[in-house]
Amino acid sequence: MTTTTLTPTSVGLDRSRSGGSVFGALADIWAMTRRNLVHIAREPMQLSDVTIQPVLFTVLFVYIFGGAIALPGGGSYVNYLLAGILALNLVTSVMGTAVGLSTDLHEGMIDRFRTLPMWRSAVLVGRSMADLLTSLLCALIVGLTGLAVGWRPGANDISVLGGFALVIFFAYALTWIAACVGLNAKSPESAASFGFIVLFPLAFVSNAMVPTQHMPGWLQAVAEWNPVSAVCAGTRVLWGNPNPAGALHAWPMQHPIEASLIWSVVLIGLAAPLAAHFFRRRTTE
Amino acid sequence: MIQAEGLTKRYGETQALAGVDFSVPAGTILGLLGPNGAGKTTAVRVLTTLALPDSGRGTVAGIDVVKHPGEVRRHIGVAAQDATLDPLLTGRQNLVLVGELSDMGRAPARARATELLAQFELTDAADRVLKGYSGGMRRRLDLGAALMTRPPVLFLDEPTTGLDPTSRQRVWEAIRELLGEGVTVLLTTQYLEEADALAHRIVVVDHGKVIANGTPTELKEASRSARLEVSLAAPDTDGRAAGAMAPLVSGRVHVSEDGRRLSAGVDASPGLATAVVRALDAAGVLVDNIEVRQPSLDDVFFSLTGGHIEGEDEDEAIGSAGGAAAASAGGGGKSAERQELEGVRA
Repeated sequence: MTTTTLTPTSVGLDRSRSGGSVFGALADIWAMTRRNLVHIAREPMQLSDVTIQPVLFTVLFVYIFGGAIALPGGGSYVNYLLAGILALNLVTSVMGTAVGLSTDLHEGMIDRFRTLPMWRSAVLVGRSMADLLTSLLCALIVGLTGLAVGWRPGANDISVLGGFALVIFFAYALTWIAACVGLNAKSPESAASFGFIVLFPLAFVSNAMVPTQHMPGWLQAVAEWNPVSAVCAGTRVLWGNPNPAGALHAWPMQHPIEASLIWSVVLIGLAAPLAAHFFRRRTTE
Repeated sequence: MIQAEGLTKRYGETQALAGVDFSVPAGTILGLLGPNGAGKTTAVRVLTTLALPDSGRGTVAGIDVVKHPGEVRRHIGVAAQDATLDPLLTGRQNLVLVGELSDMGRAPARARATELLAQFELTDAADRVLKGYSGGMRRRLDLGAALMTRPPVLFLDEPTTGLDPTSRQRVWEAIRELLGEGVTVLLTTQYLEEADALAHRIVVVDHGKVIANGTPTELKEASRSARLEVSLAAPDTDGRAAGAMAPLVSGRVHVSEDGRRLSAGVDASPGLATAVVRALDAAGVLVDNIEVRQPSLDDVFFSLTGGHIEGEDEDEAIGSAGGAAAASAGGGGKSAERQELEGVRA
């Protein structure tokens, strides 16, 4: 008995040590990442976005549109489509970032975090890390479904992985835009409408599903400069799949890999500091 | 341990704090008492580093809340008025998350969480998602979250608002136990009974200002006037009874909603009850019951704040001191102040 009272089963916080170390910040990010992953696992809607939706989209587009779409320059539609399906899934899933952050701010949870001796921005970074991890899961599912319905990359493994990385990096960049939206949204619902108003047109007015060659002139111009087109074309190049956009003269279509990397870096460079700024503004009173 | 010196804070048009001073010595509980919108929550938000004061100074454990918020956060535990836990995590996951984010380390956080879940009788619900918790369970978990790091200073913002009497009792017991461990507590409440039962000292705030400061006994003594309560056989529809009572009392006569209970502050002079009954009889009013009560903390509170605790529940609050009023008032006034602030900020 005496020994048990002398060694308590739990201890409090060592208050002599001051916080703010890099290690502490990383631990905070990791804790927040895990929290957000639990959220995704518990919210059927969010989970289906990264699990069922990719399977559904792949199968639907391949079997419904597959026969009707002829690629300029020939080639198999499923080989063309898969990069687009991956981009579509990852681009639309960043909506979760906007909704998740908006929910945190509206449910008073943020007040709890702000009274803890944590690195405050771990709320943001943890969110984006969780989204990055779910992107990886989503990419894996799209890849496996693709293989099942006949997608065959025509490049070496490193290059194929590079193709996946190109889309995931772009989606990660978009999560920072989504974070800015979520931090400014009046409610989680209005944050969700961002998905329909911005992300769906962004994903569809591109060469993701169909080659831009058949679009009206003005729309074709928009689609050629849409970052999603560059990402899809770049991925097709890396995967060794048909890429009719290579015949187009717009600079991003001629240099799709460089263009997607530039887009992603610029988006992160602009949106991440902006998100940090909005976050500070929303959490200062 | 906690010091507020001339704190002011304005949200848009609302002067939430208009120069608030108080201090909480180590190892004691201060009850911050006031009606909705009085500035209690704002004071707590400033002292817990959630809001910046426009002027004035706040220190916790000797640390300035504006200059070193990060250090302050290492010394405090907060149970806020709004449940600030994650509805999608289990009770245990919530506590562990709070511990981890407080740099406790994973294993110690888990051990402490298990201990607190047992202490608050939540062991059975520990691995259920918070969505399925009752209001009382959430409040207890919130309190548990505040205690994760065994902080020396605790801020409890209306910890029992909206709870049923049994849950309230449990939370009270938990708070009393903490005092035994030498913790310093700032407790805000709308319930006089709660402040009376738990606090060493009470600070009454209204319209962002401290209007009284003292021990519960001191405050009761400060308001010497007794309270007269009359029950009528029939409702006082034409104001005859109130009119007859008016010259004999100090302040206005309060009539309950059903018109059958009248109350007012009085100077307890000899033969007062007789005089009142005679006056009412002369006015042709039948009296069922009459009582001259010595001041309760409620009365002190009403005389200090001008009688508005929460509009809708005023009758009950006046009619019965303490418990019943507090318990029934529960849901109605919940976090109105907070919503008001949200509105101003948005």
